Amino acid sequence: MKPRTRRPLMAIFAIPTAIALVTTAGLVTALLDDGLVDAVSWAALSVPVLAAAWCWRRRER
Amino acid sequence: MTNRTIRIWTLIHKWTSLICTVFMLLLCLTGLPLIFHDEIEALTEEDNLPPMPADTPLKSLDDAVASALATYPGERPLFLSFDVDRPVVNVTTGPGARPPVSQMHISAIDLRTTRILADLNDDQGFMHVMLRLHVDMFAGLPGELFLGFMGFLLFLATLSGVVIYAPFMRKLSFGTVRAGRSRRLKWLDLHNMLGIVTLMWVVVVGLTGVINTLSVPLVAYWRANELAAMIAPYQGKPVPERLASVDAAVRTAMEAAPGMRPQFVAFPGVRFSSNHHYAVWLKGATPATSRILTPALIDAETGAFTDMRSMPWYMLALRLSQPLHFGDYGGLPMKILWAVLDVLTIVILGSGLYLWVARRRGAQDQAGAAHSLRAVAGEAAE
Repeated sequence: MKPRTRRPLMAIFAIPTAIALVTTAGLVTALLDDGLVDAVSWAALSVPVLAAAWCWRRRER
Repeated sequence: MTNRTIRIWTLIHKWTSLICTVFMLLLCLTGLPLIFHDEIEALTEEDNLPPMPADTPLKSLDDAVASALATYPGERPLFLSFDVDRPVVNVTTGPGARPPVSQMHISAIDLRTTRILADLNDDQGFMHVMLRLHVDMFAGLPGELFLGFMGFLLFLATLSGVVIYAPFMRKLSFGTVRAGRSRRLKWLDLHNMLGIVTLMWVVVVGLTGVINTLSVPLVAYWRANELAAMIAPYQGKPVPERLASVDAAVRTAMEAAPGMRPQFVAFPGVRFSSNHHYAVWLKGATPATSRILTPALIDAETGAFTDMRSMPWYMLALRLSQPLHFGDYGGLPMKILWAVLDVLTIVILGSGLYLWVARRRGAQDQAGAAHSLRAVAGEAAE
């Protein structure tokens, strides 16, 4: 999908920043404890993978 | 951003990537099996710990060391490490205080019987080849530092990639993949999309990998500074002829640090100890503190407690860089995610290489030049 106008930097980097923050949280939490916290980490580290899968699914053919 | 700024960042991205890509592909490919080295090794080695009553008394650590030395006569003990959940210690012996790894012998010893369960001297198997290719390409410290520099270039390539991501995405919404037009455009969009979603993982795994390549100089620096200050009164003393009990040394260290558990003991003269001391490396008892090691120094001649200090920041960084690079700190699901992200990184590297080749080919016949990296960047910057 193409927005008509040129997007400001904030818009371009909003989702990438969110993914980067979630990834960081996932990388750090598993260091702190075992058990439930590991599951939080798995969920967080799934976000970049799921984002890639989502982008691929809705590709323009 | 001006046209000129974009050109400069594009050039940085192109050259840092071109130089490191082949090595990064090697690291990603060899790293893939290494993520699962525990699981792969568990398949090939069965647990041969004989069943015995749970309350079987344990022999002393000195007996375990004697058992290893009986197997490798003429060698000296270098390290003793503790198995996490079994009554087993691993004793490393070698012909001198700091022999090359290839001359070391590691014996897994049952502490209930002091019988050797297995020798862990794997220096030819598939996993060993993967490990050496990944760590130093069989080139020792220079190879290690070289790969560290390649990792630094990857960091620069990632950073410059983020900068030029902006002009590419000026008129596109997040995650656009234009798969229906040219093959080049499809791979360009995939390269940008995968690069930006895996950004933080690539940066963390890349930079912690770089820190790991600095392990040898960092430990040498620690030994020359922090450790030297701890053992100032002992300076210049030779390695003792007769060593005091290592079992008593570990007990003394644990008394000095209640609540901590020993991870490994470095014998006098090795890289992780002084010439005159047992260094008992203690770890905290909780998951978070278990990643932080504190060395307690025990006089190896008299068995007396000498000093204990927490690690300086660069040794903590080195220590924390291991789990963050290996992905081995969150169970099997985390390893699987590590593997998927590793494969995505391979796609990023491969597509980057393809885009460069396709652009060169395109530039020759001018037809494909419309979508070239510089053309797209330039158009977006207008």
